[in-house]
Amino acid sequence: MERKLIFSQPKFWVQVVLTGTIVSRMSVHMERGRVLGATKLSQLHRQLVRIRLFEERAAELLRSKEIRTACHLYIGQEAIATGICCALKPEDLIHGNHRSHGHYLAKGGDMRSIMAELLCKETGCSKGRGGSMHLYNKEIGMLGTVPMVAATIPIGVGGALAAKLQKKDFVSVAFFGDGATEEGIFFEAVNFAALHQLPMIFVCENNYMSSHLPLLDRRTQEAIHAFVKMEGLASIRANGMDVIEMYDVATEAVERARTGGGPTFIEAECYRYLGHVGPNDDLDVGIRDPEILQSWKDRDPILQLEATMIELGFATASDLQTVHIEVQAEVNDATEFARNSEQPASTGVLDHVFAGVQA
Amino acid sequence: MRKLGYGLAINEAFHQSMERDDRVFVLGQGVLNPWYVGETARGLDTKYAASGRIIDPPVSENGMNGVVIGAALAGMRPITIHPRLDFLLMGFEQVVNEASNWSYVFGGQQTCPVVIRGIINRGGEQGAQHSQAIHAMFNHVPGLKVVMPATPYDAKGLMCAAVEDDNPVVYIDDRWLYAEEGNVPEEYYKVPLGKANTIRNGTDVTIVAVSYMVKLAQEAAMVLAQQGVSVEIVDPRSLTPFDEDHIFSSVRKTGHVVVCDSGWYTCGVAADIAARIVEKAFDSLKAPILRVTLPDAPAPSATSEETAYYPTHHAIVEKVLQVVGKSKLVDRAVTAVGH
Repeated sequence: MERKLIFSQPKFWVQVVLTGTIVSRMSVHMERGRVLGATKLSQLHRQLVRIRLFEERAAELLRSKEIRTACHLYIGQEAIATGICCALKPEDLIHGNHRSHGHYLAKGGDMRSIMAELLCKETGCSKGRGGSMHLYNKEIGMLGTVPMVAATIPIGVGGALAAKLQKKDFVSVAFFGDGATEEGIFFEAVNFAALHQLPMIFVCENNYMSSHLPLLDRRTQEAIHAFVKMEGLASIRANGMDVIEMYDVATEAVERARTGGGPTFIEAECYRYLGHVGPNDDLDVGIRDPEILQSWKDRDPILQLEATMIELGFATASDLQTVHIEVQAEVNDATEFARNSEQPASTGVLDHVFAGVQA
Repeated sequence: MRKLGYGLAINEAFHQSMERDDRVFVLGQGVLNPWYVGETARGLDTKYAASGRIIDPPVSENGMNGVVIGAALAGMRPITIHPRLDFLLMGFEQVVNEASNWSYVFGGQQTCPVVIRGIINRGGEQGAQHSQAIHAMFNHVPGLKVVMPATPYDAKGLMCAAVEDDNPVVYIDDRWLYAEEGNVPEEYYKVPLGKANTIRNGTDVTIVAVSYMVKLAQEAAMVLAQQGVSVEIVDPRSLTPFDEDHIFSSVRKTGHVVVCDSGWYTCGVAADIAARIVEKAFDSLKAPILRVTLPDAPAPSATSEETAYYPTHHAIVEKVLQVVGKSKLVDRAVTAVGH
């Protein structure tokens, strides 16, 4: 049965193409890919595939109810986490939100610890306490994700303030969705980072949907980067479906932050292939248009990079297939590890309300 | 021992904590302003402005709470200041959702050593939104420590301890206490979080008094002494962790209890303390526990109504006489509403 669409819908990719920006972007994409070289593109490619296959497994486990924790999957947006995190050093901080599996993996988190966390096992990255929306891994500079919309944006800015006060050159990154830019706390954080010229990178993953509600049903202005620019910081829009472009804009922003040039706001345009939460695409409930979804899938970040790598002669189809097979083995291993782990003992339910030194 | 005012005791804690530890910094609205935070930020600007360790931020309470939380996660030991608790409500989300949760939800792997200082700043015809004493709201939340010093000694010692503690500490002081002077050692010291203090020894009744109510309880005790009622005053100092043992041992001695708090009546700190005593020391009680709190109404502005709204020591005297079963002999000028 065909359902009538409830809301006005986000734009088609074709509209962007018609402006001509994508055409010029594609030539830049190819040229930049050539300059970055085979090794870097292979690194980006493997990371994209890791996130994609991990999330597809998470979707399967959600359908089979093996995963019960609410999962907001990242499929379609992989180029953003991958491009940004590949431009970072291990000591750089990242701050995520409810949709952060991709951030965790891209920054270097191992698959076992996050898969175990999705099953709320004690071997998980948050000891089974957090679930999908509370990921933690100090080793990779991820000091905790939370699902309160926009909540980790000022927390990220605090990390950048710490870098400045400690006179260290690490940078701090906050990932958030377009919905977060509707929270007052977002502007509070951006203003403070700009005012104090902090080594901060704001990454707005604009997938044009906040839960079920399209961007233009929530505000009059579509160009988020344009109104953020008024806060007095570098603010750009980038193609969040293109990992090469994301890597380039991240590299520039990181350089600016490390050399005292202050914060950068990056609006990364993208689209999530699945619904707001859970394993379904929500096409059946009338809140998304299948044609629009397909128009974004036609620009899939993995297919796009694979085509580029083949065209540049950096890889053969067989090489790329091998990566998928290797990553699938990693996903299988992580799944078995998680399955074979235990949930935390109930006797510890009151542990860690407080921690560390009790003065 | 050297005498020092309550506000300057806090100020000394700031100075000494910042001298001892480079990770400590102060971010608070009005810290560079001559009057918002009283004397408590005196001298910090000239000493620390250049290094960036004293920041007077934009009017962004929730954002700034997030900034100090993030800095704490990244290795700093921030102190943030909200010159009026009413405004801290604008930053409630980061305190309640984030700071309080950070240890628990990540399985004890990450501490969040941040001090969130809020000032109760009532009276003076300031009205409903410049007066609120909402410490009970914070005390309700697991994962937050809440302290309310009543004396200059505790004001300094609890601040130093709060900075050293690895957990978020909501430190609430009351401007009505800034006129208090008391013995304050010049050297650095800590008052442990979670330790109550007996302010006055007595045998007939225990007054458990919080923050400014300690001062009123002392005034009441003097009046009651003249009537032959021996009052013991216990100051919890720290609402979380709460020193039940100390309170209960006093209750076991006297068998009569009046709990005094400067917050509202319903779901307030006094209600919680009374409930703990009933649950765990009921066998020592010789009479029902009574409370002295604010009435369940927003703060008025007119002085005439403020006089009726804020309890005085007369309200405490009245409740004590009620609980110990003695008639009111003197001091009948009860003006406070109380309960």
